[in-house]
Amino acid sequence: MAPWLLGFTMFYLYPMAASLWFSFTNYDLLTQPRFVGLANYHFLFTRDPLLWQSVRNTAFIVAVGVPARVLFAIGTAMLLTRARRGAGLFRTIFYLPTLAPPVAATLAFVYLLNPATGPVDQLLRWLHLPAPLWFQDPTFAKPALVLLALWGIGDLMIIFLAGLLDVPRQLYEAADLEGANAWQRFRHVTMPMISPVILFAVIIGVIDGLQYFTQGFVAAVTAAGNAFGAGHSLDLGYPQDSTLFYSIWLYQQGFGYYHMGYAAAMAWLLFLATLAVTLLLLRTSTRWVHYQGGAR
Amino acid sequence: MFERPPVPTSVRRHRLLVAVATHSGLIACSIAFLAPFALIGLTALMTSRQALSPELWPHPFRPANFVDVFTQVPLLRYTANSLLYAGLGTLGVLVSSIPVAYALAKLRWRGRGVALVLVLATMMLPYQVTSISLYIMFVRLHWVGTLLPLIVPAFFGDAFSIFLLRQFFMTLPEEYLDSARVDGAGEFAVLRRVVVPLAKPAIAAVGLFNFMYAWNDFFAPLLYTVENPKAWTLAVGLSQFKTQYAVQWNLTMAATLLFMVPVVVLFLFAQRAFIEGVTLTGVKG
Repeated sequence: MAPWLLGFTMFYLYPMAASLWFSFTNYDLLTQPRFVGLANYHFLFTRDPLLWQSVRNTAFIVAVGVPARVLFAIGTAMLLTRARRGAGLFRTIFYLPTLAPPVAATLAFVYLLNPATGPVDQLLRWLHLPAPLWFQDPTFAKPALVLLALWGIGDLMIIFLAGLLDVPRQLYEAADLEGANAWQRFRHVTMPMISPVILFAVIIGVIDGLQYFTQGFVAAVTAAGNAFGAGHSLDLGYPQDSTLFYSIWLYQQGFGYYHMGYAAAMAWLLFLATLAVTLLLLRTSTRWVHYQGGAR
Repeated sequence: MFERPPVPTSVRRHRLLVAVATHSGLIACSIAFLAPFALIGLTALMTSRQALSPELWPHPFRPANFVDVFTQVPLLRYTANSLLYAGLGTLGVLVSSIPVAYALAKLRWRGRGVALVLVLATMMLPYQVTSISLYIMFVRLHWVGTLLPLIVPAFFGDAFSIFLLRQFFMTLPEEYLDSARVDGAGEFAVLRRVVVPLAKPAIAAVGLFNFMYAWNDFFAPLLYTVENPKAWTLAVGLSQFKTQYAVQWNLTMAATLLFMVPVVVLFLFAQRAFIEGVTLTGVKG
């Protein structure tokens, strides 16, 4: 117990308390922190235009990315439960992309979605569909990141697969006897039975979405490097701040500009927002989450 | 048991159609999931000029890319750093988390409930909140620019691993432990001789998760090593690749592939532990 307690104090308790203190100060690492009261929070809410841009970008990833991932994961998991043959093989194939390190996967997607010569746009053009500029276009950069998130669906899919396989067969047989069609069976048997898994997936997805960093960072830097040539560094948010997510702006403020106090205030706001959203989801979940055998 | 009535032809035809549709869906999804890997692999074998052209099939094949990438970028150094971070980090997490998980699962002591809540609370905390103070702390220790800020904290326990291991230890029957205790074994001996051997699958899963997490991690290595290219891990090195070698997509994809291969191989060898571990994190406790 002792080493963990020491670690807990050193790596969680002290840093938390310290960052709360820093959030009320002006601190650039070189001089002593100077107490400024609520000035950081005031600036955050009223003066920082990029902050709201980053909030909007993050909201997009959460509001579009999370439902898309959950639906796609349920879809692929249901397909797997129906496979007559090769279920294990298909499961492995579907899971494989999840293993790709996020940095590697993002690099690959910037290449695949390369506007002029990328294979995806070539395919779209061949099908006479519009070929977006993806990571070079502020409108399509975030949808491209959602596509990337859908590719790495494996973890969620496995959890849904376990949930689907837990649904008692008798329930489906009963529904068949009642003459339910496929949609009714899904809506009234499958959905309620896997609703605890959906809640879990949504909460984890929202927490991760609020902290979205790596893919946005790498995509911006890589796409910008591709557009401007080598050596053009620090293009966070490229193109036109469309991939400037909250955590990326926090990183830039804290570790790019050394505005430690301001970054600490941003971090605390993120923490409070995460807590609020999680509690809200848990609170509303009693209306749609069905627990087998009463409360768990 | 009673005999099933014969299935009418129309129902059988319907079932066949459903099966065909299902398998078409499965195959279509497989293609979508696998295509990026194939395209990465093909591009990694192209010349740099061809990688910028719309062609999909390498002509000529250029396997030398996989050699060039090692001479153009210190890929071996990045790999060594990634292995150090992932290997030592995993070791540290296991060594420190197993005893804590055991104490939380099987020993009675004052404050156990509080400790469990604290472990759960640290799982919820966004790393952004602590990273600012930790960064300042590591700056003062002169550890920024080295791998130490990545490895040392692992030896003080990891909340997620502690929680997973505790969940598994809870399922171990008390009688096994008691029989060892009756034989006069101390708690550490019980842990080493009884609990660890029984919990091998869970420990393997937790170890794999930690290794993968560190191997893939980008934020922490970026934060602590970005100023010193000698300490870059693969993730950081690769993220800087395009800013240094703007048009060399073939080399970028070769490096990307080399970065992916170890985890995929690890997965194929330890698939069962992986899947069980993922399921363990889910709703079933």
